[in-house]
Amino acid sequence: MARLTLWRWGVLGLAGLYFLVPLAASVVFTVDVPGQGIDLDAYTQIFSTGGFTSSLLLSLELAAATIALVLLLMVPAMVALRLGAPRLRPVVEVVCSLPLVVPPIAFVAGIGTVLKWGPEHLSRTPLFQTFVAIQNPDFPFVLVLAYVVMALPFVYRALDAGLRSVDVRTLVEAARSCGAGWPQALVRAVLPNLRGALLNASFLTLALVLGEFTVAQLLGFQPFAVWIVNISGSQAQLSVAVSVLSLLVTWVLLLTLAGFGGRTRTTSRG
Amino acid sequence: MTATLPRVDTATAAAVKRRRRPLGWLAVVPLLAFTAVAFGVPALAMLDGAFTAKDPATGAGSYTVDNLTASLRGAYLTALLGSVKLSAVSAGIASVVGLPLAQAVVTSRFRALREAVLTASGVLANFGGVPLAFAFVATLGNAGVLTRHLGLTDKGWDLYSFWGLVIVYLYFLIPLMVLTITPALDGLRSQWREAAQNNGATSVQYWRHVALPVLLPSLLGGLVLLFGSAFAAYATAAAMVGSSIPLVTLQIADALSGNVLVGQENVALALSLDMVLVAGLVMAVYLPLQRRSARWLA
Repeated sequence: MARLTLWRWGVLGLAGLYFLVPLAASVVFTVDVPGQGIDLDAYTQIFSTGGFTSSLLLSLELAAATIALVLLLMVPAMVALRLGAPRLRPVVEVVCSLPLVVPPIAFVAGIGTVLKWGPEHLSRTPLFQTFVAIQNPDFPFVLVLAYVVMALPFVYRALDAGLRSVDVRTLVEAARSCGAGWPQALVRAVLPNLRGALLNASFLTLALVLGEFTVAQLLGFQPFAVWIVNISGSQAQLSVAVSVLSLLVTWVLLLTLAGFGGRTRTTSRG
Repeated sequence: MTATLPRVDTATAAAVKRRRRPLGWLAVVPLLAFTAVAFGVPALAMLDGAFTAKDPATGAGSYTVDNLTASLRGAYLTALLGSVKLSAVSAGIASVVGLPLAQAVVTSRFRALREAVLTASGVLANFGGVPLAFAFVATLGNAGVLTRHLGLTDKGWDLYSFWGLVIVYLYFLIPLMVLTITPALDGLRSQWREAAQNNGATSVQYWRHVALPVLLPSLLGGLVLLFGSAFAAYATAAAMVGSSIPLVTLQIADALSGNVLVGQENVALALSLDMVLVAGLVMAVYLPLQRRSARWLA
């Protein structure tokens, strides 16, 4: 038994070393200027550096729009699959897994091609205005479209897990027989029971959008992740500081969520 | 609310059932329509572009397989093979390392440790990307903390090499392995180990004849999934600029933005198609394996 414990702590210790050293070294890298000692400039400068606020705001706006759109599309569909259209289940499952087969870089290559049709073929049609509008650099809606597609597998898994633990049919029938309309049954009976799954899906989507680099960079927009890379050339310390912060913030965010989810699970069991 | 009393008769039940069906379809239609436009159209455009060649003089397009053959030749082939090699090596190492780590976490008595490791794995496996690259540049890059303090450059260390990239990739592949294999390890019943021990089996024999055969489909499935994830990774490699390693994702990005040669967009699309084919192959292997492993975990 003692040997087993020793073995376990050995493995955990080595893994901890491998996973913590780069984070610790990054922190050292940001505060330790060679020859000048410790200084926290990299962190105090973050907010005053050009582009930080605007790129972070852009990322947050994109995330909010993506979360709203993906939930608006997925929640009714997933609930309907449980209620009245079980035959569509495999279709939706395949559709939501397809983005896993197309790597982001291949996806963005396709999007780029489509966007080029705008000026090439459609310049005299009303569609052209749509193409211009979704590429507005202040709020590139085309990124929202891409992110919703990329979030589908995560959101599908989160909602599916949530719906599995809820008897949607009984809930809706109970609400309906109490005189509630369909929208009312959905909003007031089903959604409150899915709170955990909705939160989970939202946080995963938020993390995805905040960290997304491939699509945004290749389409020429500058949300948060692209900004970090762009400033890294001139301000290496700052970019590492922001990287470490963003990694830790995502981690804490999802850890809080896991704690929250774990607690609701145990209470529902007891 | 002024709720009317429910009349529980068969007529209304049938009416509810009849009303339910169109609703089910209607609620799924927006999702399908959205994916058809936002995902289907770009995918078809990629497919179309991969097989189209543009005449530089007239601008007229014609169908051809030239792009695909070009994407499997010269520098592009090197990049494709480089990606396959990097993904295979790092996925292999991550599987070998991830299994004991997951076992150590699963058998731990501390629930908090388990939650923290699994959540951290979720973050690192899916959302590493750019921050991950910079953490490693700060640690092991040319001016990195460890590089400077341990004098690694004199010992021939270079982060921007094949093995440097493997070390960085392991940082998100090991967590992915832990995530994939944990359900399978949870499914190993303690009765099996006890039964083996009662029959006089040693720990090694238990792993060799009981645990590993049960875990094998999950392990192979995880390996394939890791391969796919490493193969598709772009942000990490791109953010570690100066990478002299030819990778297919970097090649696509270069060709798309016309960095190297102008007019290579269609070859980029053909390369993308190659990637989709590899990723499709990965999924075709992964899904049956996952179903097979589910048999033991039920």
